[in-house]
Amino acid sequence: MELHDVWFVLIAVLWIGYFFLEGFDFGVGILTKLLARDRPERRVLINTIGPVWDGNEVWLLTAGGATFAAFPEWYATLFSGFYLPLLVILLCLIVRGVAFEYRAKRPEEHWQRNWETAIFWTSLIPAFLWGVAFANIVRGVKIDQHFEYVGTVGDLLNPYALLGGLVTLTLFTFHGAVFTALKTVGDIRARARKLALRVGLVTAVVALVFLLWTQIDHGDGKSLVAMVVAVAALVAALAANQTGREGWSFALSGVTIVAAVAMLFLSLFPDVMPSSLNADWSLTVTNASSSPYTLKIMTWCAVIATPIVLLYQSWTYWVFSKRIGTQHIAPEAGH
Amino acid sequence: MELALAPETLARWQFGITTVYHFLFVPLTISLAALTAGLQTAWVRTEKEKYLRATKFWGKLFLINIAMGVVTGIVQEFQFGMNWSDYSRFVGDIFGAPLAFEALIAFFFESTFIGLWIFGWDKLPKKIHLACIWMVSIGTILSAYFILAANSWMQHPVGYKIDKARGRAELTDFWLVLTQNTTLTQVFHTLTAAFLTGGAFMVGIAAFHLARKKHVREMKTSLRLGLVTVVIAGLLTAVSGDTLGKVMFKQQPMKMAAAEALWDGQDGAPFSVFAYGDVSKGHNTVELSVPGVLSFLANDDFNSYVPGINDTNKAEQAKYGPGDYRPIIPVTFWAFRWMIGFGMASFAIGIAGLWLTRKKFMLPQHLRVGEDEVPHLVLFKNKALSPKLTPWFWRIAIWTLGFPLIANSWGWIFTEMGRQPWVVYGVLQTRHAVSPGVSQAEVLTSMIVFTALYAVLAVIEVKLLVKYIKAGPPELTEADLNPPTKIGGDSRDADKPMAFSY
Repeated sequence: MELHDVWFVLIAVLWIGYFFLEGFDFGVGILTKLLARDRPERRVLINTIGPVWDGNEVWLLTAGGATFAAFPEWYATLFSGFYLPLLVILLCLIVRGVAFEYRAKRPEEHWQRNWETAIFWTSLIPAFLWGVAFANIVRGVKIDQHFEYVGTVGDLLNPYALLGGLVTLTLFTFHGAVFTALKTVGDIRARARKLALRVGLVTAVVALVFLLWTQIDHGDGKSLVAMVVAVAALVAALAANQTGREGWSFALSGVTIVAAVAMLFLSLFPDVMPSSLNADWSLTVTNASSSPYTLKIMTWCAVIATPIVLLYQSWTYWVFSKRIGTQHIAPEAGH
Repeated sequence: MELALAPETLARWQFGITTVYHFLFVPLTISLAALTAGLQTAWVRTEKEKYLRATKFWGKLFLINIAMGVVTGIVQEFQFGMNWSDYSRFVGDIFGAPLAFEALIAFFFESTFIGLWIFGWDKLPKKIHLACIWMVSIGTILSAYFILAANSWMQHPVGYKIDKARGRAELTDFWLVLTQNTTLTQVFHTLTAAFLTGGAFMVGIAAFHLARKKHVREMKTSLRLGLVTVVIAGLLTAVSGDTLGKVMFKQQPMKMAAAEALWDGQDGAPFSVFAYGDVSKGHNTVELSVPGVLSFLANDDFNSYVPGINDTNKAEQAKYGPGDYRPIIPVTFWAFRWMIGFGMASFAIGIAGLWLTRKKFMLPQHLRVGEDEVPHLVLFKNKALSPKLTPWFWRIAIWTLGFPLIANSWGWIFTEMGRQPWVVYGVLQTRHAVSPGVSQAEVLTSMIVFTALYAVLAVIEVKLLVKYIKAGPPELTEADLNPPTKIGGDSRDADKPMAFSY
């Protein structure tokens, strides 16, 4: 295994980490409209991710930075090619971060309501668009011999990609629902489990169609294994949810995300961004990667820093492991 | 295509707008993290309530500010790929590494521990909670270091070779990129300027309350802390700025000649205080200058030779081929002056403030005040500032708040525009760096939406800051004074509301 293959795996790990963690953040954001009945309940939801959402989002920045460093051509083609969808994602992430921090800082009804609406939409839209983006990467897009994207925005909105968007949207919502069931007490916990069942069934249907489609068009033996794991974990997560094993249900919905994203990366390898115009114009782990020297330095950094990051991020989850309910939310918080 | 709307011009405007905006929050974040941590340390060590109230007050303003810094930073990470894909392809092998290091080492640190600090008041023992804000502070400084190493490589590329076959620059010595003198002096200058900014922010807000005789106990402490920070940081900003200037005279003579509008090289070159010139003819029509000072700034020698814009342009033409290698002279000239002027103005106000509010052992009996009283502004040994002038002092102190922010912005505009037409000095020109596949409409769209969104957020942020500044330090609660003794919080009452919630 050469260093650029190692980095393909590491980039996959970073995206997996991002979707696992911000997946339930997005889900919780969507549940503020789907599950919460009133403001105290919405605040319970927001506060389940309050201490951790920012750290979770850094997985995205690291995935971006690491792609820039390890695969500059991939970084350049992807972000200049998917310009407008990425712009929308960035706008959402900007508003979303501010919404979390500022929502409780003024008592006015319209202020709080507006930020709550913002949290819902800015969670929902990226949850959908990330699926669209990754499905397009796997499917292949119009890349010319200079590695420039020459398609249009319309080209990115094909049925396969839209289905991919639906998968991430529903899967993240499910992930968020089982997370909520694990992190809350009282009435909202029971309703989160009921909602998880319904969302989970929808997820199972769209995910199965999408993953089969991926397997048939782009898959191989390894991706088939990942697909089976993803689907089995999703079914098991639903079963665990039904029997009230909330910790298991969350872990298994996490496995679903890990396996599904791994499947996409397995179907890609050794391409990183296939061209639909000419196979010779595809970006691959070799023609898109940095020099061995840069990759070596990056590897050292990743090998030393990543375990430390995982350690202190896990510690954070442990510090805030207590379940919360409406009784834990002070009425005048933030003042 | 209209030059004014060419994708390159638009992409540059977008980079300028988003980066200057982002950098309004960065220096405040760096300095307020450390200053808040300092105040919290004082609380943990002395248990004086004024320190805890001050920690909560400045901590709140810090959080309102860092939220904006974090979200606008996301754009920074991705816009190289969006608008500058040819740049990314050409330099990614080198430039990407410090960015990845920054994310992996600094951002994770900052973002994880900030969450622990915000929500940790009733979950963590006092000292561990204190350690969290120090971790955030370390994270902000590491972040500054890595991103400035990346920027320094654009100012003065080192430790690389050009791979002709792949048409890109490749890293050969990462250690050199991290430790070259451009990096070290830029880090020194940027960090000291950041503390000047945070100190002035504290001075301004403390002055606002003291002028109204409100929250005197906390605000007196804050004023002192702010003034001392301003004076030390101001002095070091000047020293580091001088060092950085000397480095730049060697590495980018054009930038420094343009900073001075020095058209033709000369011995004993003057420092120009004011100039108005004709760029097309290549000379100044009106100029007010101090002889020899520029030579001294460049080489520590009043009589030494400093190359001018015209000769440097010729030298670069000989080296890099035909073309115009001059930046926009009026911009570099005035940006340089506004940077120094606003930065040093706040430094001077800091010195004046420190003198006027000096400690009571230096004052005669009748001018000393108690702990809950606003200090007299003592000009001479036995004489306080007149009642007419006193409000003016507080007013000027409040204005100081904005000065370093203006200086920082012009400093970056100067250093980035002064490097033009290069994006990587001597290696890659800006016009070769833009994304060839991104249309004019796309860049225009993103520029408009970012600008509009940033403007709206600025209004929201400033209003929120004003609200919390006016509210002053909060009253302490029972929970504040009895922090938990074990991690995860004391479980005496399972239904107790959280000390902080969104």
